[in-house]
Parts: sequence; C-alpha cells; structure tokens
Amino acid sequence: MKAIDLFLSPLSAAGRWLGAVLLVVLLLLPYWGSSYVMTVATTVFYLALVGQSWNLMLGFAGLLSIGHALFVGVGAYASAYLFSAIGLPPAIGVVPAVALAVLIGLLIGYLGFRFAIGGVYFALLTIAFAEFVRIVVDHVPWLGATEGFFLKVSAADRHGIDLANLRGAPEMYYYLIMALALGALVLCRYLLRSRLGYYWQAIRDDPEAAEALGINLLRYRMYAVAISSGMAGVAGVFYAFYQNSLFPEIVFNIERSIEATLGSIVGGVGTLFGPIFGTFILTPLGEFVTEGIDLLKHWRVIDPETKLDGLKLLVWSFIVVLIVLFKPTGLWPWVCHRLRLTRPGAEG
Amino acid sequence: MDPWTLANAVVSGLLIGLVYGLSALGLSVIFGVIRIVNFAHGEIMVVGMFFALLMFRWLGLDPLLSVPLAAAAMFGFGYVLQLIVVSRVSHLPEHMQFLLLAAIAIMIVSALLLVFGPDAQGVHVGYAWDSVAFGELIVDYPKMFAAVAAIVVAALLLAFFKYTTTGKAIRACADNRMGAQVVGLNVGQLYALTFGIGAACLGAAGAIILLLFEVHPYLAPGYTLLAFVIVIVGGLGSLFGALVGGILIGVSEALAAVLFQPSMKSAFSFALLILVLLLRPQGLLGKAVR
Repeated sequence: MKAIDLFLSPLSAAGRWLGAVLLVVLLLLPYWGSSYVMTVATTVFYLALVGQSWNLMLGFAGLLSIGHALFVGVGAYASAYLFSAIGLPPAIGVVPAVALAVLIGLLIGYLGFRFAIGGVYFALLTIAFAEFVRIVVDHVPWLGATEGFFLKVSAADRHGIDLANLRGAPEMYYYLIMALALGALVLCRYLLRSRLGYYWQAIRDDPEAAEALGINLLRYRMYAVAISSGMAGVAGVFYAFYQNSLFPEIVFNIERSIEATLGSIVGGVGTLFGPIFGTFILTPLGEFVTEGIDLLKHWRVIDPETKLDGLKLLVWSFIVVLIVLFKPTGLWPWVCHRLRLTRPGAEG
Repeated sequence: MDPWTLANAVVSGLLIGLVYGLSALGLSVIFGVIRIVNFAHGEIMVVGMFFALLMFRWLGLDPLLSVPLAAAAMFGFGYVLQLIVVSRVSHLPEHMQFLLLAAIAIMIVSALLLVFGPDAQGVHVGYAWDSVAFGELIVDYPKMFAAVAAIVVAALLLAFFKYTTTGKAIRACADNRMGAQVVGLNVGQLYALTFGIGAACLGAAGAIILLLFEVHPYLAPGYTLLAFVIVIVGGLGSLFGALVGGILIGVSEALAAVLFQPSMKSAFSFALLILVLLLRPQGLLGKAVR
C-alpha cells in the first residue's frame, strides 16, 4: 500500500479520476478494440517502456544515450537464441538476457565514466558501441547474420496464454507489455523518491557539487546505466517474442535508438509520465498519418502509386523540432499544469 | 598477400580519405566555433549529393563542376538553419541541442525519401573507367580527381580562416565569444556564416563523392557517424586533424576491406573510435584541454 500511496500522493483529485478512467479504458481495450488498435496500443506501451528506460538515464541521471537499441537488441537476441538453441523459456531466459544487457551497459558506463567522457562524447560512445555490435551481429552466422533470426510460431500459438514461453493471443502481449510499462513507471516513481534518485538528480544538475558533497559519481552513474539497460533488456525480450523475427539492420539501427528518445522529449525529459505521455501522442499520430495517406490513396485524391514512406518520421521529427524550440521542458508538465492533474508544488 | 594489392588499397583509401576529411572539416568548423555537434552532418552532405545528381541530370554538369554550386546551395541552407533554428537553442543544455539536430537529421532523410525514393542513383561520367598506372599501382581518374578537388576546397577553406578578415573574426569568436562581442563583432551573424561554411564543405564533399558512389537517402546516418569517427580520431575542433583523421580512416577502411571482409570495414572505424575516445579523448591531434 505504501508504494501505491507514494504513487498517488502527487496527483490531485482530477488527476486521480482521469488516471482511473484511462486505466479502465486501457484495461478494457481488447473488448472493443480491433486487432489493429491492439497492435498500435501494444506498440505504444512497448515504446513507453523503452522511453522510460532512456529517460531514467538522461532525465534522472543526466547521461545522454543514443545507443539504447543496443540494450534492447541484446535482450532480444539473447533470449531468442537461448529459446531456440536450448529451449530455455523466455520467462527464465529473461534473466541471462537482461544480465547480458546490464553487463554491456556497465562496460560502456565504466569505460565512459572511468575516462571521464562526458556529455555528447558519452552519447557518441554509446552510438559507437551500438554500431559496432550491429556490424558484428551482421557477421555471426549462428545469430542469422543479415538473413535474420527467426522464432518458430505455429497457428496454435496464436491462442491461449502461455506466459512462460511468451506464446499466446494478442491480448496476452498487450496486457503483458502494459504491466511492464506501468511497472517501469512505478519503479521510476519509487527510485525518484529514494536516496538513489536524489543522488542522481544532484549529479544531473551539478556533478561537481554532488561530488564535493561526497557522492561517488562513478558508482551512482553505474547504477543508473545498470537499471536503464536492464529495463531496455526486458523490453528486448518482449520484442523478440512479439515480433518473432530479428534483423540486425532493424533491431540495432540507430533509428531505433533515436526513436527511444522521441516520446520522452515530446512528453518531457526527466518527468515521470513524460515518456508514456509522449508515446501516447506520437504513435497514434504516426498511425493517423499512415492511415490518412492510405485513405487518400483509396479515394484517389493522391495517386496510389506514390511512395510516401518517409512521411510518418517526417511528421514525428518535425514535432520534436517544434517541441525543442518552443517547449523544451516537454508537453506533460504543461498539460499537468493546465488540467490541474497534480497537486500544487508536486511534480508529475 | 601481394604487396601491390595492399599498395593499391592504401592509395585508394588515401584518395577517398581526403574527401572524407573535407566532409569532417565541415563538422569540425561548426563544432570549433559554435560548439554545437551537428548531428545532421551526413544528411546535409547527402542533400549535396542529390543536388549534384540533379545538376547532372538537368544540365549534364559533371559533379566536379557542380561543386561550387552545391557548396553555395548548402551554404545558404546552413546559414538559414543556424540563423532561424539552431541559434534559438543556444541556451538549452547540450543534449537538447544534440537531439534537435538529430530530429532535423531525420526530417531531412524522410524528406529525401519522399522526393527521391529509397533506390541508389548515380552519375556516369566519360572518364569513369579510365585510370593511370604506375607499375602495378593503378589509380583511377574519378578517385584522383575527387581527391584533388577535396584538397583544393580544403586549402581554400584554410586560407579563408588564415588570411581574410571575416575568417579571423570567426576564429576570434571561437577563441573567446565574450571578447568578440566586446570588440563589436556581430557574433550571431558570424555563427550563421560559420554554419553556412561548414555546410558548404558538406555540399562540396557531397558533390565530389557522387563521382565515386551512388546516392540514396539512407547513406546519411552512415556519413554522420563516419565524420564523428574522423573528427574524434583527429581531434574535434582541429581543422588539420580532420584531414589527417579522414586519411587515416580512409586507409584503415580500405585495408580492412582487403584483409578481412568489405562489410566489416566500418566495424574497424568504430573500434578505432572507441579506442581513441578511451585513450585520447581530445583526439590524436587535438589540444589536451577539453
């Protein structure tokens, strides 16, 4: 109960009501949503989880990562490989998979912090590692190399619930990723209000002052990297068994790493609900653009032969540019303030 | 392995490396003065490549002849970008500037994808297959011309910074922004000029490299990363370092392609980047203080 209280305390009455209504709507989504809506909603929660993990590093601890695709991808490949090679169910395989993601995160973090690589240089270090791993996986035959790594799925797998093997109906994936994303939210809320969270924020705002106060920068930054890469690794395990196909060019692509940042930037870097709020805006908007184009093509307003592949990303990135220029703190704090979702003085 | 094969790889890597170096110069100039890491680097360069492609298709211009045009067009683009977009975020934390340019980069790639489609397109010039032989050492004309053009543009740039008043004023801004303001320099204007010059390098490098490679929108992130590797290896902010870094990366990639697999070559660049970041973060030729 204490955890729930901690979670609810900053919300105003309006905020609690809105949250409750949203939660009920989302819980009941499978009863009225089409399979298309379910796919979009699953993507939203998946991106929210990855975004939450990214936000923990930059928004809480001040470490910019443009390599989150690496942690997600390592979790995905490791769990998928263990499943198909030795039949280890992902419910158990998640442990070594996440451990590997954390280990790689710790390695990058240790190298970066040990040699005092800060700011944008650290971001470049994360990119370099992610790209390096992408090219290496491209050349590893037992991981499928460029041909891709596939998990076997039978028609019977599409029904029922088998959480241990992550095989089941679309609803199962939806509820699972929703639980994971909300779990990450609760974890972050808890961390932010813990001693660790305050240390992180002190380090983020002024590393030198924090160090002067006796905070061990290396150790607490390592904690941030470990927790963040672990969360991304969990998302990766989900991704592997939801998609059932992994390609290095897609999984480790730098675009994935940038995608992880978009929701948080739109929602608000460093805010608790920012990542989830941002993905709730961006993903449906992207789908709206895609569907709108299909509709216009259907009605022959535009030539059906025209290729408009880049339009979704163009709209997304344009929104991000507008946000950085005009609302760099993100939309969530502003919405919160406008709708009075939080009690005065408490932050979302 | 046959020493001539190695020698050929080294020479070809050296020539391409000079073009890489010119592109990296653009990144270095912008970072050295405005202190902004231009994450839309490769994207601007690919716009330059498409520009030269259109010049070739519409006017039949050899990419080397469209170098000044591409440089001028990208100068305008960079100038406006700095003046009306990037200058607005100078008060924001470093990571927000970085993310802004990352978003602009995605916008450029998506827009190019809408206009040109995802397929690779190239130009064909009359001397494409001509070459000159020194014993067993064979140097093809396109690579040689590209390298010469890159050297000419780089030399012009270095001369501009060394001898012209505007160039000196820009260097003054880089050394001490406050001081430059105090003596009455229009820093905002000079920053826009600097971004324009950096982008012009990219336009020139893009037009030159179109002679060697086909262009498609997804090339852009790779060029961005390549330029980062080069300037970090050479030292971010050091102009000469960018050229040396370009040659170093060009040669090491060419050697990796011969000794291992061509598709593995960029893994070596990234490994080199990680090593340099860890052991000598100021770059091989950079100043010791960061």
